[in-house]
Amino acid sequence: MIRQSSSCLRLLKRGGSLLSANRSRFISSAAADVPATATENSTFIEAWKKVVPNIDPPKTPLSFMTPRPPVPSSIPSKLTVNFVLPYLSELSAKEVDMVIIPATTGQMGVLPGHVATIAELKPGVLSVHEGNDVKKYFISSGFAFIHANSFADIVAVEAVPIDHIDSSLVQKGLADFQQKLNTASTELEKAEAQIGIDVHSALNAALTG
Amino acid sequence: MAMAALRREGRRLLLPMASQATIGAARSGLVAEEMVPFGARSISTQVVRNRMKSVKNIQKITKAMKMVAASKLRAIQSKAENSRGLWQPFTALLGDAAGVDVKKSVIVTISSDKGLCGGINSTSVKVSKGLHKVTSGPDKEVKYVILGEKAKVQLVRDSRKDIEISITELQKNPLNFTQVAVLADDILKNVEYDALRIVFNKFHSVVSFIPTVTTVLSPETVERESEGGMLGNLDSYEIEGGETKAEVLQNLTEFQFACVLFNASLENACSEQGARMSAMDSSSRNAGEMLDRLTLTYNRTRQASITTELIEIISGASALEG
Repeated sequence: MIRQSSSCLRLLKRGGSLLSANRSRFISSAAADVPATATENSTFIEAWKKVVPNIDPPKTPLSFMTPRPPVPSSIPSKLTVNFVLPYLSELSAKEVDMVIIPATTGQMGVLPGHVATIAELKPGVLSVHEGNDVKKYFISSGFAFIHANSFADIVAVEAVPIDHIDSSLVQKGLADFQQKLNTASTELEKAEAQIGIDVHSALNAALTG
Repeated sequence: MAMAALRREGRRLLLPMASQATIGAARSGLVAEEMVPFGARSISTQVVRNRMKSVKNIQKITKAMKMVAASKLRAIQSKAENSRGLWQPFTALLGDAAGVDVKKSVIVTISSDKGLCGGINSTSVKVSKGLHKVTSGPDKEVKYVILGEKAKVQLVRDSRKDIEISITELQKNPLNFTQVAVLADDILKNVEYDALRIVFNKFHSVVSFIPTVTTVLSPETVERESEGGMLGNLDSYEIEGGETKAEVLQNLTEFQFACVLFNASLENACSEQGARMSAMDSSSRNAGEMLDRLTLTYNRTRQASITTELIEIISGASALEG
């Protein structure tokens, strides 16, 4: 409450009109999850129009995104998962029961109603549970955001379904990187070899586990 | 005798008049340079013909360029649409605080390397300059990072001292995430920033491109804003992984910048191909219209020369008879 009122005061101090202040109070009371940036954009647009009146102000990503629903009062039954890669949206707004993500602190299970979390991911297995079927992906690394309204966003750099991985290549890769670590001279080479070993051992564990 | 002399005079007068008439007709066909030599009997259609040949060649070239741009657009459009999911999680978490108040602001302008793509590069540069005006003030500094040759050329003219880095030849190899991640790393290492604003043209459809600005904040700014500014509810998120919140925030903002830059460069590349398609299409249409006008002039010139010949023959014949 104090935070929200201080943000209102800041808006008024910025010389925003009474209308924008009213709008901010309305938005911050309605949805705790949706960021109150609609008003910040209106202050940006006003500032733009004052300085550069001839050119239309550029759009921001907020205008291209469907807004997220607010935090519901009771815990929903399903978790909505968005799993995106740079070249593909693997799962978008899929309703599932549970996901297990490989956070750097270990495997983390996420159920509907999970507390809001930002998790950094390490190379490992992501499994998506829906009813009785489980889909497992090996992801390279990335981030997972779990929002209070039971929406989970997982952003990974690279992901493959587990059954596409060839175990003989994994063994060979692991041996290669072990050798590189032994012959590495500079810090950079050592770090690269160590990363290779980490990823390949995680792959190994994924195939066996 | 006098009549014959008069008629001879008439003939001699007719010739200069005829040549003046053709000069007039030629001038209306935009070929004022070449004057018909005085006393020549046939009017030269060579000039108009040369011009028609070159306009036809230009039409062929622009049609081919349009086809090439269309095929390149098809290839890159699917990539861009697949990458659209990439920036949404970050915007859902952190919002887009375009009006954020920071000391050091860096504007990353994405443009194309090649020209003939309509007005999209000028639009990007105009928006960047507008952003520069909006975000600059007392003890605030604004710098540019330029991707692409066309924006560099335009911005060097009046903001040379504000340009930190300029990168060209981005699209020599097809765009992929690794390349953009390395580029993002380069930029983040060499530039001090509190907020990065990426300016690009978002691909809406083949004929419409929307100038867009995406704001990425530095970890310190995120901390500052989460404590009482625009990202007020960021504190309610638990942090998993990493030793400190600052470390995770730094990884988060760097990853966000790489993802957003990847999507932005793909969208800009799509917009470039789409704009080139429509520019080349209107250019071929113009060339076609020009060709029509030149054909009419050519026919008029040709018919005028035939008519002149006929007049000469007939008047010569009638002079002999009567």
